Amino acid sequence: MNRRSRLHVPRVPARPGEAPDFSYVDLSPAGAVARPDVNARARDISFLAVELVRVLDDNGEALGPWHPHLDVHELQLGLRHMLLTRVFDDRMQRTQRQGRISFYMRSLGEEAVSVAQAMALRPGDMLFPSYRNQGVNIVRGRPLVDLMCQLLSNTRDMCKGRQLPVMYHWVAGNIFSISGNLATQFPQAVGWAMAAAIKGEDHIAASWIGEGSSAEADFHHALLFASVYQAPVILNVVNNQWAISTFQGFAGGEQRSFAARGPGYGIAGIRVDGNDFLAVYAVTQWAAERARTGAGPTLIELVTYRASAHSTSDDPARYRPKDDFDRWPLGDPIARLKQHLIRLGEWSEQRHLALSAELEELVAANWKEAVTYGMLNEGPRLNPDLMFDDVFKELPPHLQRQREQMRAEIAKKD
Amino acid sequence: MSEQINTIQALNWALDDAMAADTNVVLFGEELADGEGGGVMKVTAGLSTKYGARVRSTPISEMGFTGAAVGAAVAGLRPVIEIMLMNFVAVCMDQITNHAAKLRFMSGGQTHVPMVIRTMTGSGFQTAGQHSDFLEAWFCHTPGIKVVMPSNPADAYGLLRASIDDEDPVLFIEHFPSYWNPGEAPKRGVSIPLGKARRVQAGSDVTLIGYSRSMLDIPVVAKKLEAAGVSCEIIDLRTVSPLDMETILTSVKKTGRAVVVHEAVRSFGVGAEISARIHESLFRELKAPVERVASQDCPVPFAKQLETAFLYSHADIEAAVRRTLA
Repeated sequence: MNRRSRLHVPRVPARPGEAPDFSYVDLSPAGAVARPDVNARARDISFLAVELVRVLDDNGEALGPWHPHLDVHELQLGLRHMLLTRVFDDRMQRTQRQGRISFYMRSLGEEAVSVAQAMALRPGDMLFPSYRNQGVNIVRGRPLVDLMCQLLSNTRDMCKGRQLPVMYHWVAGNIFSISGNLATQFPQAVGWAMAAAIKGEDHIAASWIGEGSSAEADFHHALLFASVYQAPVILNVVNNQWAISTFQGFAGGEQRSFAARGPGYGIAGIRVDGNDFLAVYAVTQWAAERARTGAGPTLIELVTYRASAHSTSDDPARYRPKDDFDRWPLGDPIARLKQHLIRLGEWSEQRHLALSAELEELVAANWKEAVTYGMLNEGPRLNPDLMFDDVFKELPPHLQRQREQMRAEIAKKD
Repeated sequence: MSEQINTIQALNWALDDAMAADTNVVLFGEELADGEGGGVMKVTAGLSTKYGARVRSTPISEMGFTGAAVGAAVAGLRPVIEIMLMNFVAVCMDQITNHAAKLRFMSGGQTHVPMVIRTMTGSGFQTAGQHSDFLEAWFCHTPGIKVVMPSNPADAYGLLRASIDDEDPVLFIEHFPSYWNPGEAPKRGVSIPLGKARRVQAGSDVTLIGYSRSMLDIPVVAKKLEAAGVSCEIIDLRTVSPLDMETILTSVKKTGRAVVVHEAVRSFGVGAEISARIHESLFRELKAPVERVASQDCPVPFAKQLETAFLYSHADIEAAVRRTLA
């Protein structure tokens, strides 16, 4: 016998040209996972980090203890928000391909994550999203024209031309600035939640990162702080299987679920079907109630699939099978909620088509307005003075001097 | 003689008075609460007993509590965090430079981070290269964060009060080897404005510019030079970034000579910036090139004789002044 140490390299299940293989995804049948009391201790409910909470079965029927029993209008609203997110994404993707915006990131296939979670939270709860959570803006009613102006970095850009496209910020909507370096919003969300608790408010914080950036130190510090202070926060890991071109196994998802990091730190961890609107809603509602009633933080792993490229700068055909998403065992979140509503007799193909057409028009009308505030290479321009504002609250003398010099240079050229 | 206190007491008063004045002021850091000793240097002694949960001892996780403080500031609190030793900022640079310092700018002015990062450093106590660096230049090179470095108990009080009240993030660097030096007690409740240097002493031949530790050395050398007939003007920067160039240039315009003294290593430092700015503005009026006195460009060594040789000496300051007069 020749026993010796060895280096294990996580294996990607299928490369381009190979048949998609999702045998590594542990599934539980819809309705099969128990729903513990919201006050359950983390140590007593560690099964939640192993099982997969699902409500909708393959026929669109809602089953089991996690069924949130939402009003039909809520379900229809959820469908609308998800569909609007998708229509908006598609339109912005095409716009980028036409060279009219510089960069875009779609959330195709992951719409239930942002939409169901934002709907399950209260407007006063603070959201610390990642770059694929555009759905939270849509749920909170942000005009699409605002998002578009940010993508265009035009004269109505909320970030005044200083931040990458899709890194939105909406202080009035309680949606925090999206960070270009990853996972930093996790400890910030915990700190916000600690502040809410110190101030005696009942608002909670929620944050999202991808499974890839759970490898960052911020993730671990955030879990530690959430655990030590039992902060009223929901920490979400969106496991969409891919960090750009890196498979989730390289972030440590091969040996244990990402949800299982929660019990490791002494906080509740729960794995949920991220493409099941009802399950995502129910799990978020459960975690929010825990946070709001002093039962502590929750780590939610949303198992989903990044159906699109990472961004407009990425080509997934280089690293994964073309038909991967078609074989994804958890399906498409919009198709699944639609099927459920049709089954309830509260939706139809005709209504779906009509809604799609209405949303296409809404997006087009917003784009028409957005470009009046400036396009990439024509129309109203940003004033370069904006570069100096907001570095500090008051402009210090050295920046005043630099601004004056710049103005003089510009005046000379004109 | 007026009441004398040391910097530890002055900082404690500043935190106590700020917490009494504004319930949004909270403290996060290692060992801060009284149960854990009231801070490694007792700066926060008594505050958790008085203010309860607003003073939080944290896990040994600078990145964790710095990130949490950014979030708490966004939630409307005014966190004052303590990073036990300045070198430890290296583990939380991202939250300081990419987040606290930039959020006002990158959010289009929608949000801001009014937090204070207190930390301490200084050579002379044999704490070696991972415990005693002066790293202010890293942060002066980062737009969006202010850098404040007091040199005596009264300034420590007034500048910390102003830092806590400021709407921008402030890095507040304390010189721990002089923590126990007595000085005039501050007037409680009175802040010292940020961004303003203090002319400590008027003179006519040369301007000596310093901050933090070098303000212990400059007056000693100046006194010796006075005896030799050299009249020194002394400026304590108090706030290192943004720099109060008006005070510096007014003085150097008069004296025509300047020497900048700091404990941080020489190259790419605050002294280089001040020297460059004086030359840019007053080149024709200068009677001699601006001199820099600083530590050697090495990590701070441990052994006493090496550590002593690392730091500038009084003789180095005197020699620099004499070169400007030559």
